[in-house]
Formats: sequence, C-alpha cells, structure tokens
Amino acid sequence: MLQIKNLVVSVEGKKILKGLNLEIRAGEIHAIMGANGSGKSTLAHLLAGKEGYEVESGEITYQGMNLLELDPEIRARAGVFLAFQYPLELPGVSLNYFLRTSLNSVRAHRNLEPLGVREFNDLLKERAKALELDPDLLQRSVNEGFSGGEKKRNEILQMAILEPQLAILDETDSGLDIDALRVVASGVNKLRAKDRSFLVITHYQRLLNYIIPDYVHVMLDGKIVRSGGKELAFELEQKGYGWIAES
Amino acid sequence: MQENSDIIGEVTSQDYKYGFETLIESDCAPVGLNEEIIALISERKQEPAFLLDFRIKAFRTWKNLTEPSWAFVKYPPIDYQAISYYSAPKNHKPLNSLEEVDPEILKTYERLGIPLNEQKVLAGVAVDAVFDSVSVYTTFKETLAKAGVIFCPFSEAAREHPELIKRYLGSVVPYSDNFFAALNSAVFTDGSFCYVPRGVRCPLELSTYFRINAKNTGQFERTLIIADEGSYVSYMEGCTAPKRDENQLHAAVVELVALEKAQIKYSTIQNWYPGDKDGKGGIYNFVTKRGLCAGPDSKISWTQVETGSAITWKYPSCILKGDRSVGEFYSVAITNHKQQADTGTKMIHIGKDTKSTIVSKGISAGEGQNSYRGLVKILKSATNARNFSQCDSMLIGDNCGTHTFPYIETKNPTATVEHEASTSKIGEDQLFYCNQRGLSTEDAVSMIVHGFCKEVLGELPMEFVLEARKLLEVSLEGSVG
Repeated sequence: MLQIKNLVVSVEGKKILKGLNLEIRAGEIHAIMGANGSGKSTLAHLLAGKEGYEVESGEITYQGMNLLELDPEIRARAGVFLAFQYPLELPGVSLNYFLRTSLNSVRAHRNLEPLGVREFNDLLKERAKALELDPDLLQRSVNEGFSGGEKKRNEILQMAILEPQLAILDETDSGLDIDALRVVASGVNKLRAKDRSFLVITHYQRLLNYIIPDYVHVMLDGKIVRSGGKELAFELEQKGYGWIAES
Repeated sequence: MQENSDIIGEVTSQDYKYGFETLIESDCAPVGLNEEIIALISERKQEPAFLLDFRIKAFRTWKNLTEPSWAFVKYPPIDYQAISYYSAPKNHKPLNSLEEVDPEILKTYERLGIPLNEQKVLAGVAVDAVFDSVSVYTTFKETLAKAGVIFCPFSEAAREHPELIKRYLGSVVPYSDNFFAALNSAVFTDGSFCYVPRGVRCPLELSTYFRINAKNTGQFERTLIIADEGSYVSYMEGCTAPKRDENQLHAAVVELVALEKAQIKYSTIQNWYPGDKDGKGGIYNFVTKRGLCAGPDSKISWTQVETGSAITWKYPSCILKGDRSVGEFYSVAITNHKQQADTGTKMIHIGKDTKSTIVSKGISAGEGQNSYRGLVKILKSATNARNFSQCDSMLIGDNCGTHTFPYIETKNPTATVEHEASTSKIGEDQLFYCNQRGLSTEDAVSMIVHGFCKEVLGELPMEFVLEARKLLEVSLEGSVG
C-alpha cells in the first residue's frame, strides 16, 4: 500500500524528516507516536500533498505510484485521506454540498456514476447517525461554529463517506473527552477492512486503547527509532519519550 | 508557499471570452463634443424639442462641473473631445420583426448567449438589446402590450410617449446631479424605457443587454422605469464589450420611480471588458443609478453582480420618500488583475417607518482594489427609520486591497442603524483542505466564493443565477496564485 524509503524533508531550510522508513501493507493499522516537534505532523501533511515541504531525498510509493508526483486532489481521489488535526472552516459552504461534491469527485476518479442528491442524503444521514452527529450540522457551513469535538467527528464522518484506502489520522484524539473518543474510535473501527490501511498519529497511548494497532512506531527527531507491536505503546506511556531518547 | 501563489495566479487569470468584435458598418458621429453634435444626436433620434432643450441645458451645466476625484480609483485624465458620442449600425430603421435585424448583430447576441427569440418565452424574459448606441430589437412587445406595459427603446418612448418622458426624465437624477450624469444627460443615445400601469404585475422579466462594439465610442445609455401605483416589475441588465487596448467610457444614468405600493426589482450583471492582465484597456464604468420610492409602501431593490470594467464607479441608491417605503441593495463586486471598483449605495430616509437593507460582498484578487462606499442618511422627518448594513470583503492572494467607507448621518433620534463588516482571506490552508477532499483548486475557490456571495446571488431572478455563477467563476479563473 505505502512504502517510504530514506525520506529526508526540510521546511524553509530546516531538516524535519531525516531518513524515515516505513512500510504499510493493505489492511494494517500503524500508529506513530512521538513527542511534539518530532516530525509526525510533517509526515502527515507531506503524504497528503501540502505545499511548502522540500523533499531532499528518498521516495514514497503509494499503490505502485510515485506519490510525490501527484497533486493533492489526485492523491485524495486515489484514496489518500487525511483527518486534520485542525479542520478548516469554510463559511457559506454547506457541509452537505461540500461532501457530496467531494464524494463525486472521488467517484469520478474511480469511474463511478455521481451519487444523486437523495441517495447521498440517505448515506450522509446514516453515517452521521453512527457518529452521533447532530443532523443540523450537515446543513451548516463546513466546521463553522462547530465545537472541537464536532470538528473531529466531522473528519471521521468525511472519512466514512469517502471510504479511502489509506487514512491518516493526525492527532484525532487531541481535545476529545473520553465519550467523544469512544465514538470516534468506533467510527474508525467500523471502517477497518482488508484493503484499507490506517496511519494513526498520536501523542498519547490513550487512543490506542480503542483503536488497536498492528504496529507502533516511535518517532524521534525526524526518524523512526523503534518499532514494535501494540505493547510498545504501553511501555512508552509508562516510561515516557525520554526512555527512548536515552536508550 | 510559492507554488500555492502560482495556483492562485492561474485561477484568476482567465481570458475575457466576450472580447470579440462584430464587423458591421456603423454610422459614427465625428469625435468631439459641442452643441452641434448634441443637436445631431437629437435630430438622428427624431426627438421632440423639449429633449434637445434638456440636453443643451445639461451640456452647459456639465461644462462648469469638474470631474469627481474622491473615489478610491486612479486613471489618467479622460479627453472628452476624443470620444465619438454617437455610433449606430448603418441602415438602422425601425424594425418590425427579428428577420430585419442585421444577421451580424444577431450572431453577436448569440455568441453572448442572448437568444433574441422565442426561447426566452420559456424563461419568461423580454429582451431589449442596445448595440453601441441604438436599441436593436425589443422582443415580446405584444405580450407586454396586452398587459399595458410599455417596454421599448428610450428613443422610441421619446417619440411615442413624450408626456411620460417629460414628466419623469431627470426627476430622480437631475442633469445637474454630478459630472457624469450631466454628461449623460447631454449626449445619451439610447437605453430602455419601461412603464408599468397601475395595479399591473409585469408578466415577464424584462431584460436589456448592452454591447459596446465600435471603436472610440462611448456608451451613454439612459434607462427610465416607472412603476405606477400597486404595480410590480423585475428588470435585468447585462453588459459586454469587445477587447480593446484603449479605454472606453460608459456613463449611464438609470432612474427608477416607484409610486404608492409599487415594487421595482432591478438586477445587473455587469461584465464590461475589464482590461487585460496588465491593466491595458477596459471600460470605465461611471454610472449613476438612483431610485425614488415616491409613494407610501413602495419598494426598490437593487441587486448587482459586478465582475467587469477596468474601473467601476457606481452607487445605486434609494430615496425613501414615501412612508413605510423600503430600499434594498445587494451587491457582489469582484476585482481581479488591475481592476478597480468603488461601489456601494446611498439610502436616503425621508418618510416615516422607512427601512433599508444593504448587503455588500467585495472580492479582490490579483492586484485588484475594491472599495465599498455607502451613505445612510436619515432625515429629521424619518421617524422610526431603520437600516441594516453588512459589508464583507474577501481577499484572494497578497497583492489586492479592500476598503470600506461607510457614512452614517442621522438627524432623527428614533432611527436604528446597524452596520456590520468583516474581512476574510481565502487561505492556502482552506484550499489544501478542499484539495485533500478531492476538489481541484479552481473548484475550491469557486465553492468558497459562492458561499461568500450566497445571500446576494439568492436575490437575483432565477433565470440569471446560473449566468451570474458562471461569470463569478470565469472572473476568478487564474486568481489563485
């Protein structure tokens, strides 16, 4: 699904990723943990195609394609989804319309017929209900006036609608209370599938109690310094990131 | 972030697609402005004597006026003696049917997407088309005549309904009003006239398309709409021009009169040639538009989508004289490349319980400069007058500007005046968010801009919403960069 080899990336002349390697196979859930400033969010943004990052060396292959050559909208249509840490507000653009346009652009890429208004509304209502999202929000402007938790759940709703192949969750747990966390995690778990992979970026082990990863990677200063199974997350929680740095 | 700037640039730099020229012979007056030229215009139009008199008075007043300089726009001095003030397609004679219209002109209108034919019946639109200075054809005269509605070229109205023209011309915008209104009053060549009789709801949307075609000509049209007691009319104008390297002047005057309980809805989609990317060429759009709510419970509503012109100087206004009369102004103005717009409205409250609403959306991209200028004036007599103003600006890119100049004068303590303003910027992060959901940058900009303008577009007649949406997209193509 995704192979990252020896990736070196800088932002405004400063090296952020310093030789990162990662392989994610179809159906796997990988978690990346790390302290602030270790380069986790840079990796997420880079995979989604955000401008402003300079790839000095290394390569990223996604489903056999050179990911770095694709425009962000093409990556999205090809199944790369990023759940934003700070979702953006789009005043005056209704969530319903936004998401329908979005889904139909993804469907067009997959040579599927666009979904009509009624079919789409049914789908949206059903998925929103599963995430305990107030149906009124669907008619409101995208993220405008949404609470922090609503914004995060909205990201998961979008993921549930777009059904990506590679979903990257960037600190989706930050700012969520325990109930919201459960709802979000169950939304993610429902989407687990043989042909769908997840990259879960988080600062805390807490989220991984609900979304059980196949692999946990620890990132430090732009590199993955340790990889292991889900038990690595518990170890980290107990010993702190300092333990990795020292060892 | 360099790459992102390029994207914004690409999205807002698309070409003007109405920039073609129609090759037809035209009958053009020599350049220059003097009383002989004015007499020539009046004679060509076979006008009654009072009109020539009006023109000459206006011309003498104009000579003593100075061009206004308070607007937030910059342009080199205009040589008013270098303009031809009359241009008409040759062999222009009164037309009885569409077959008699020069096929070249019809082709032009087709390319503009104005089917001057029965198709418009379905849409319920009656069209008058003004080509350079002369009205070419007015469709659906009969349907309108049955309802008693007069909708015809201004020059025809001057000949056939002189009593109405004499009574109302200059009653809302006197020839001495301002420099450009005086110039227009002296040299106006054609335009549309509409009279809706008492109690009649006009059965069709009325529409006029203005097209400047000939070189070195100015277009000075005059529009006069009178809605008699208890009547209703919705009128829509659209405008385009060919691409030219030199600037062309457009100085129109529009007067609206709404009598007791009458309603006028006036919509504009202005798409004059804006000049090229470097600011070469384009129309100077210096227009005076004003409506008088003369009777109690009358209502005048202006809606404008301004995407064209090198410079726009325009303030559609309402004089709320009748008690409980209502004035509305809904505006979207876009400036891209080197376009400049100074636009807004004046709401003059005279009657009791009068109400006005102003919703202005300014969008600036490229190196565009966009100013909102508005006056809300509440006179002593206007007890319980209310105004609500909302002025929002949106910036696309880092090299454009937006400015708001609201003026409020209240002479009556019972008045309620509210003003809200906001400025936002289409951010790279917003665009990335949309890209990440599979939307192209063009679609993302268009979606955000439409969201921003939603309230105003919703005021347009249904038939024109689609046209306006398309125009917004085209005007902003190449703006993200």
